Amino acid sequence: MKVTISLTVNGAQIRRDVEPRTSLADFLREELRLTATHLGCEHGVCGACTVMVDGAPARACIALAVSLDGAEIRTVEGFAEDAAMGVIKEAFHQEHGLQCGFCTPGMLISARDLIARHPEADDVGIRRAMSGNLCRCTGYQGIVRSIKSAARQLSSQGKQP
Amino acid sequence: MKPAPFSYHRATSVDDAVAALTQGAGMARILAGGQSLVPMLNLRLAPLDTVIDISRVDSLRQAHDDADSVRYGALVTHAAFEDRRVPDGSNGLMPFVAGQIAYRAVRNRGTIGGSLALADPAADWLTTLVALEGKLLIAGPEGRRAVAAADFVIGSYLTDLAENEMIEAVVVPRRSATERWGHYKVARKTGEYAESMAIALVDKARNYARLVVGATDGAPLVLEQAAQAFLDGRTDDALRVVIRDELLAAGREFSAARLTMHTTVAMRGLKGAAAK
Repeated sequence: MKVTISLTVNGAQIRRDVEPRTSLADFLREELRLTATHLGCEHGVCGACTVMVDGAPARACIALAVSLDGAEIRTVEGFAEDAAMGVIKEAFHQEHGLQCGFCTPGMLISARDLIARHPEADDVGIRRAMSGNLCRCTGYQGIVRSIKSAARQLSSQGKQP
Repeated sequence: MKPAPFSYHRATSVDDAVAALTQGAGMARILAGGQSLVPMLNLRLAPLDTVIDISRVDSLRQAHDDADSVRYGALVTHAAFEDRRVPDGSNGLMPFVAGQIAYRAVRNRGTIGGSLALADPAADWLTTLVALEGKLLIAGPEGRRAVAAADFVIGSYLTDLAENEMIEAVVVPRRSATERWGHYKVARKTGEYAESMAIALVDKARNYARLVVGATDGAPLVLEQAAQAFLDGRTDDALRVVIRDELLAAGREFSAARLTMHTTVAMRGLKGAAAK
């Protein structure tokens, strides 16, 4: 019943047997104990579980681990040494983008991708691009400010993600 | 919630996937990008025994630019359209539509074939493909066949696909360079499924107009009389009446509010195309 998969998670080669029904999110959390990836809605709406799959953001709750054999996964833990993510995290701290913190890992992944693709995004652009990440504290004002501030800093430092 | 257990088959080719579908006898389902199927599995709304993963079939990711049309493999993602990583023959309509589907994280994995196969009446590609007069190439145990997008959709979540068939590619005819498109969509929240959507194609040089309204509780509605009335020069209330009557004649039993919404959305789609 179980299927063997090999994939890269935060740079480490992983080989495990998984049940086909196991989501990438559960695989990361339960098998690998990478608990920064949070599960909110478990049907692809809230964005808390957003991680990078082969260099692009994806919902870990609606990706089956078994279908990701050979993929390269990067969770927010994998960005610990990433300079751009460091600036984004600090901006979230300074601009009150953090409240309870539950949505933050997904927010950070989406924000970094947004800044990489659209460094000049304005408030409306940021809100539209971040609409797939829900904050139940409704702290959107701070989150938008954080992303704008991080984008400006990264752009003035010439450090694009 | 978590999905109920199922078995997993990683297809090596289209024929292998079709064989697995046939073996599954109605209880096997194709997994493309999984952006609708996996949520439904998580909610235990999709009863199945076997998931047939086609993501490793590379031919399904290819797009080909032909003289009169563009052929997209079933696994071309919404993000690939949005980023224009695949050819476009629709004067920019397809990249625009793609960029409005759900959210970027979903667009990175969701595919055009998967979206069409599900045939959610409120989904973007369905209305778009009917508007663009696209067709679907379908693979089954007896070989390949082509079906027009308008004939492919039978109703809400209901298609012409037999239980042992799958979408292999989507073919979109190259639209005239002088054609202009209008798009209008009403959704409660950015990235949500549409409450109503309309696509209008207007080519003044060829005296051509086409108007399609989606999210209409069934297959997208092609409003031919309204398109003709538009070409005949009707505007404002005179045009509204034609659109409204044609929507009513479709027999979808729209509430008064929905009828008004669809009529307004269709008007705005046409105006958008005419203004360009």
